[in-house]
Amino acid sequence: MALRVTDLKVHYRTRRGEVKALDGVTFSVADGEIMGLAGESGSGKSTLGKSLIRLDSRMRHVGGTVELDGTVVPVTDKRRMNAFRFHKISIIPQYSMSALNPTRKIGRMVGELLASRGVRLETAELERRLELVGLSAEVLGRYPIELSGGMKQRVVMVVSTLLNPSLLIADEVTSALDVSTQKAVARTLLGLRDGGLVGSMIVVTHDISLVYQIADTIMVMYGGRLAEKAPADAVATSPRHPYTRALISSLPEAGVRHADKRLQGIPGSPPALLDPPPGCRFRDRCPLAFERCAEQPPFAEVAPDHFVACWKAM
Amino acid sequence: MTAVPTARREALHFALRNGKLLAGLVVVGVFLIAAVAGPLIIDYGPNDYVGPAASPPSGEFWFGTTTFGQDVLAQFVYGLRATFLVGILGGGLAAVIGMVVGFTAGYRGGLVDEVLNMITNIVLVLPALVVLLIINAYLGVRSIGLQALFIGLTSWPWAARAIRAQTFSLRSRDFVDLARLSGVRTAKIIRREIAPNMSSYLFMTFILLFGGSVLIAASLDFIGLGPTEGVSLGLMLNNSARWSALQLGMWWWFIPPGAGITAIVGALYVMNVGLDEVFNPKLREM
Amino acid sequence: MAEDVLLRLDRVSKVYKVGAFGGRELAAVSDVGFEVRRGEVVSLIGESGSGKSTLARMILRLTSVSGGTITFDGTDVSTLGRSYYRQVQGVFQDPFSSFNPIFPADRVLTMIRDQFFPRAAGWSERVAAALEDVRLDPGQVLGKYPHQLSGGQLQRLLIARALLLDIRLLVADEITSMLDASTRIDVLNLLADLKARGLGVLFVTHDLSLGTYVSDRTVVLRQGRVVESGPTTQIFERPEHPYTRNLLASVPRLGAKWADEAAPTGLPDGTPVVTADGTGNATGNVATHVTEEKA
Repeated sequence: MALRVTDLKVHYRTRRGEVKALDGVTFSVADGEIMGLAGESGSGKSTLGKSLIRLDSRMRHVGGTVELDGTVVPVTDKRRMNAFRFHKISIIPQYSMSALNPTRKIGRMVGELLASRGVRLETAELERRLELVGLSAEVLGRYPIELSGGMKQRVVMVVSTLLNPSLLIADEVTSALDVSTQKAVARTLLGLRDGGLVGSMIVVTHDISLVYQIADTIMVMYGGRLAEKAPADAVATSPRHPYTRALISSLPEAGVRHADKRLQGIPGSPPALLDPPPGCRFRDRCPLAFERCAEQPPFAEVAPDHFVACWKAM
Repeated sequence: MTAVPTARREALHFALRNGKLLAGLVVVGVFLIAAVAGPLIIDYGPNDYVGPAASPPSGEFWFGTTTFGQDVLAQFVYGLRATFLVGILGGGLAAVIGMVVGFTAGYRGGLVDEVLNMITNIVLVLPALVVLLIINAYLGVRSIGLQALFIGLTSWPWAARAIRAQTFSLRSRDFVDLARLSGVRTAKIIRREIAPNMSSYLFMTFILLFGGSVLIAASLDFIGLGPTEGVSLGLMLNNSARWSALQLGMWWWFIPPGAGITAIVGALYVMNVGLDEVFNPKLREM
Repeated sequence: MAEDVLLRLDRVSKVYKVGAFGGRELAAVSDVGFEVRRGEVVSLIGESGSGKSTLARMILRLTSVSGGTITFDGTDVSTLGRSYYRQVQGVFQDPFSSFNPIFPADRVLTMIRDQFFPRAAGWSERVAAALEDVRLDPGQVLGKYPHQLSGGQLQRLLIARALLLDIRLLVADEITSMLDASTRIDVLNLLADLKARGLGVLFVTHDLSLGTYVSDRTVVLRQGRVVESGPTTQIFERPEHPYTRNLLASVPRLGAKWADEAAPTGLPDGTPVVTADGTGNATGNVATHVTEEKA
């Protein structure tokens, strides 16, 4: 197991109280596994991605552990995390491609970034990797404004994986891109893993159809907790959690027409995480809810590698 | 009845519960009352020689007297009057010009913006003091009103530029387009959609213009271009400096005007922070 | 048939002057023509830089037209006064930017009354009816501030606002792209409901599957030009232009992986290259499914 997360709880401090953004999640990611982490806004997916590498000042680690390759990751210790960050765990943050310094040429920016991490820039290796994602070494002499969104995103990918991290977290890396560019970027992620440049990968996204294209497994979050984790095909064809089912049936797959089949969304809205009700978080919107749902269902393995947190799925 | 009065009533509701806003209002209010009522109670002029020279605060002269035996308290309350007047008139005029120019340039854009921007830049680099010297030499009028007018006419450019930039960014928000789709006219869009979003910013601008006017007035007083008759806090400060009050240990001469200016401008600033909380519903709740 | 046409665009162009002294010209939209009829949803599909939002803004008269004409009910929209907005309304992409954050969200409804029906009787009943049409519970939305409502609720509120005007055409510019998947579909269904009431809807989107779901006819834009247009089913089943085909092939589908026509890495960058004069490498040939359209 490359990554093992046990009962991780991370809360956000606000003036009105603590928002339980991540409320006890336990899962693991195997070596070489690409895990898609899907969920809607407020599901806790981005919080989970960030918790594995960098707690910001508003986030508070309430409990739980993170282990990478058998070593405990000191997520709460800023100083000791430096040894992990970028070296062992790397993140491509959301909007990172828009955050490139517009006044620096790409090459110089990469050099400065590496220097700040105490790493020497090996130009030949950098160029080899750029080529691997379909960029010519020429981009190093260009300014960010001269590159398209997809090219910038790939530059960021190459930089984040320069030290062959065991774990790469990609946070909504395709969400601001056109469909054809999305495809290229998603395939680049796949290439990074297949080329052995990263160990395993967590791809955080709101687009379950997109992540299905490249992920080995898909984990669905809802209301700060895990709903389901299973091989990608199992999630697509035989989801067990009522939320996953409702979510998938609300997707207008290309070709489905309103006139033929009127799809339905999920009525209601996600629970407020400031003071969430006890029991299953999906209870209020769930068509299958019954008395027992007042008790939180465990995230249990119902079939090989298929985990579901639902009483009805067991 | 409509949304706006409701919003106003709500703003008032939160305003009355905002400590910062109330504290700032109290401080400004106390000085304002002193400025209005003080001269009515004291039955001699600020420059009359009424007491012993250079005496520290006492039961008779609460703020002490100057080197010439003038009552510092009398000077202070008269000075407050002049200061408020210059601040409100000068700052107010500059704020009005700044808003008209800034809103128009920022909302209209294009050629209108370019022309207004050019005028703004010209006034910005105008050597204000030289213009004043000329005005003074030819007109010879030295009333507080004229001083305020001049300050107002020369200190608006930075406000116009700041308001223009804010308007520019707000103009592209979808709610402005939605108001246009509702058939709302431009002037009303600026007044009802854009301005309310920067009300605390506009107030802050006014505070800075107010404080700026007070300080410019003090400088003008110092070089002899201020009102020849009368007193201002700036004039008090400059007089105390000229007669070496600091070196002579006559702290009661310069502390009241200095503290007065600081307290008024500071209180306005605290009010601004409070107003931000009142106008921004998001800040209210968190 | 002709009287069924609500909106017609005829060789519409938009040119922006850029650079110092407006010396260079950038064509955002070139020679675009299509129609929206009563009781139909037309989807305007395009990626970033296709000019789809510029077109939507020109139709709503938020941006001036550089060339060509836009007519509504046979009249040039630039000659229509404020009354145009009683018949044509828009909803935009970002629900949170569409509401003035310092006022309650229902102010968008009050504004309609103040501007168009200052002395209307039974206004609250009309509001209640419009909210019901978009399946909003008045108690949950009236008097709330924008940040207290969800994106889906806000977009519905904007559709309700348009319904208060008895509009005949709604321009919906990427109205679902910032919504979560589970609420997105309900907003799309609302567009279909409008169509059933006889309204024309122009649905602007980058997402082919959403366009396909809801629309009767489709216009595919690329770099400001129409590359293909026709009945949605035809375009979806038999796309003629290579660009449309590529677009369709790139749409991710759950349960079906992308066809492996290329190695995972070293792919050509899908982003279109725009040359300085803005004409770029837009292909001149336009695939139009004419036969069906005139039938």
